[in-house]
Amino acid sequence: MTDKTAFDPKTATPFLTSRGHSGWLGLQYSDHGDDWVELELPWREDLLGEDGQRVLASGPILSLMDMASGLAIWKAMNRFEPIATLDLRVDYVRPAREGSPVFGRSQCYRVTRSAAFVRGLAHDGDASDPVAHIQAVFMKIGQSADKRELPGE
Amino acid sequence: MSENGNSDALTPYARSLGIELAGSEDGIPVMSVAFEEAVEGRPEHFHGGATGGLLETAGYAALRAELAKRDREALLKPINITVQYLSAGKSRTSYAKGRVTKLGRRSANLTVEAWQDDRSRPIATAVMNVLVADPKE
Repeated sequence: MTDKTAFDPKTATPFLTSRGHSGWLGLQYSDHGDDWVELELPWREDLLGEDGQRVLASGPILSLMDMASGLAIWKAMNRFEPIATLDLRVDYVRPAREGSPVFGRSQCYRVTRSAAFVRGLAHDGDASDPVAHIQAVFMKIGQSADKRELPGE
Repeated sequence: MSENGNSDALTPYARSLGIELAGSEDGIPVMSVAFEEAVEGRPEHFHGGATGGLLETAGYAALRAELAKRDREALLKPINITVQYLSAGKSRTSYAKGRVTKLGRRSANLTVEAWQDDRSRPIATAVMNVLVADPKE
């Protein structure tokens, strides 16, 4: 890549998901476009929700979408900058299929001087049949102490 | 599943994330999660997803306690959640407690607050709608 300031979700994701909450969930890069990023949440038995339903809990989907949204914002801005979730809404439209990974695709449709707006969906293989829809607002938090190392920085 | 709000009632996800029953106030469970790597987002701060998971878990716990009080059995399924992040979750234990705003025949509306040191300054709040299904149907 010639532009050293460009943000590449494919190379950044393994760094951002190597540890912490995203690492614990095992989030992986799946796909991206100019203003959207898709991550994959692999199936795991210990992430089930209500007993007896064999359904992925809703919490991991919220985390997946939060992370995919952050990456989509950095992709849309084409640089890494500290941001914080302000408001996140998740509509769980159907249960995810047992044993299936869940993909979280978020699109950043507007960035202002202080905020970034995203919308997205989670699906288990077919994006035209989502398991959840999300909408969120993130705030830029300026030059605070985010010391994560990223490739190219 | 146990309906009395003890830690047996935690989902596999909640147990795996490290969420615990911290206590009970007026019959409503207070849930907590210690600051471990599994909840960390940017360094030394809670990940928004982990805070959301704690809020959801506390919401379900409050709902189960209310259902138990009314002797109702139910299968709970998420409809939606809206989380407001008010301030950064720092590298210490977070707590959360829910309130059943409305419990109807088919759904429940919950509000949940999460806090750290100072309860009067919540770090996040959530509104949840949960489908309350009759297990016999």
